[in-house]
Amino acid sequence: MTDLRRTPFHARHVAAGARMVPFAGWDMPVQYRGISGEHNAVRTAVGLFDVSHMGEIRVRGPRAADALQWLLSNDVAKLEPGQAQYNGLCNHQGGMVDDVFAYRVGPEDYLVCVNASNRDKDFAWFSEHLPHRDRCTLVDEGDDWAQVAIQGPRGVEVTAALTDVDVTALGRHRFVLATFAGVAGCIVARTGYTGEDGFEVFVPSARAEPVWDRILEVGGPFGIEPIGLGARDTLRLEAGNVLYGHEIDDDTSPLQAKLGWITKLKKAGGFLGSDAIAARRETDVTRLASLSFDGKRIARDGMTVLADGRAVGRVTSGTLGPFVGHPVALVLVEKALSAIGTPLTVDVRGNEAQGVVVESFYKRS
Amino acid sequence: MNFPESLKYTSHDEWVSITDGVATIGITEYAQDQLGELVHVELPKVGRQVAAGDVVCEVESVKAVAEVYAPLAGKVTEANARLADAAEAINQDPYGSWIYRIAITDADQLSSLMDAATYRAKIGK
Repeated sequence: MTDLRRTPFHARHVAAGARMVPFAGWDMPVQYRGISGEHNAVRTAVGLFDVSHMGEIRVRGPRAADALQWLLSNDVAKLEPGQAQYNGLCNHQGGMVDDVFAYRVGPEDYLVCVNASNRDKDFAWFSEHLPHRDRCTLVDEGDDWAQVAIQGPRGVEVTAALTDVDVTALGRHRFVLATFAGVAGCIVARTGYTGEDGFEVFVPSARAEPVWDRILEVGGPFGIEPIGLGARDTLRLEAGNVLYGHEIDDDTSPLQAKLGWITKLKKAGGFLGSDAIAARRETDVTRLASLSFDGKRIARDGMTVLADGRAVGRVTSGTLGPFVGHPVALVLVEKALSAIGTPLTVDVRGNEAQGVVVESFYKRS
Repeated sequence: MNFPESLKYTSHDEWVSITDGVATIGITEYAQDQLGELVHVELPKVGRQVAAGDVVCEVESVKAVAEVYAPLAGKVTEANARLADAAEAINQDPYGSWIYRIAITDADQLSSLMDAATYRAKIGK
């Protein structure tokens, strides 16, 4: 195995007794006190995540907006400085290279946050396919930024107590440049992946290390605790959020993954992959669905989904939902069987788990 | 971690207690720690004949599934129904939370099991 990379907070995780695992080339905490407890702390109070392994790509210049409008699936032209937007990064076959978040930092300045596992692939993709290269520049800033997520109903109080500007009035998917936990030049964004209110904060990596303990100290009275990648995954899954490598990949169209809301096929000039996505709309036979279970058996990634004994798809992610208290799974199944209320069965190593397609597993109140 | 001297151990991290030709089987403290919070036990069917090394049942945590093997050949005589709605009991008391019992058919196989010291050395605890 090659040497695993360490985030600026690595020593803090080890000191806290976290179980460390290799993830996308990084040595990351998978859990601290236990997945269920951490998961429920985020649902009921607030949790702190180290997401420094995520990648960042900077796009700057007079044609940066036009370039991203071509490369990304959402309507990037709508972004004002201080706004963030969820996007698909699609290939010529209409599959997904990645899902990313685009932050408009200034009039001609964008930061694109990408999955850790796709960092090199995405930068290579941008390098090869970003248009208007004479009028915009591309920089891999993945090493320049540490990132923490403060998620949960009390996340706003914790973040407000650490930031030198008022973040309480910040709307969802809005961000500010601020001094955070004593570190100048941070991006404090009201975004997240957990299904809760909260913030994600980009911190210059060279000055990031003391930030971790400072957040835990200030967040203590609000019940903050560190959260590992295990609960990050169960939280996103319970919230119905897709994950690259599971629900989406280079073969799966964003429409199959129910990402039509970020797939603006009609935006002027289209985008890379839009024609292929439109053409596939009729021919793709499967679509993502949320499958909820009453029983105890847990459907897992890769298991076969059955309807009346016939194989109709596969599980893309599955877990016990620690907060909802029953197993949940995202499944890619024949379109006609993705409708709400459809009963579907999963073959769990020879035993049947009976589920039903639902709109969502969890919505925060 | 605790590995009682009175028990025998397998390379799959089961503990085994033998009384009057009946083996009682559970998973070790090390196994439950590796798995994390257990949420489901798929209990074996009573009456099933198993060979040493067969997968008999499964224990499942939020993020992982582990198969539980038969350490010895025999017939499954009992499954711990108390675990059906309380898998977490294994985390709380791994040696008090047996999973199933086997009537042993081949006592010679007992020599394949490890004592506590050998098991500790194997897992490095």
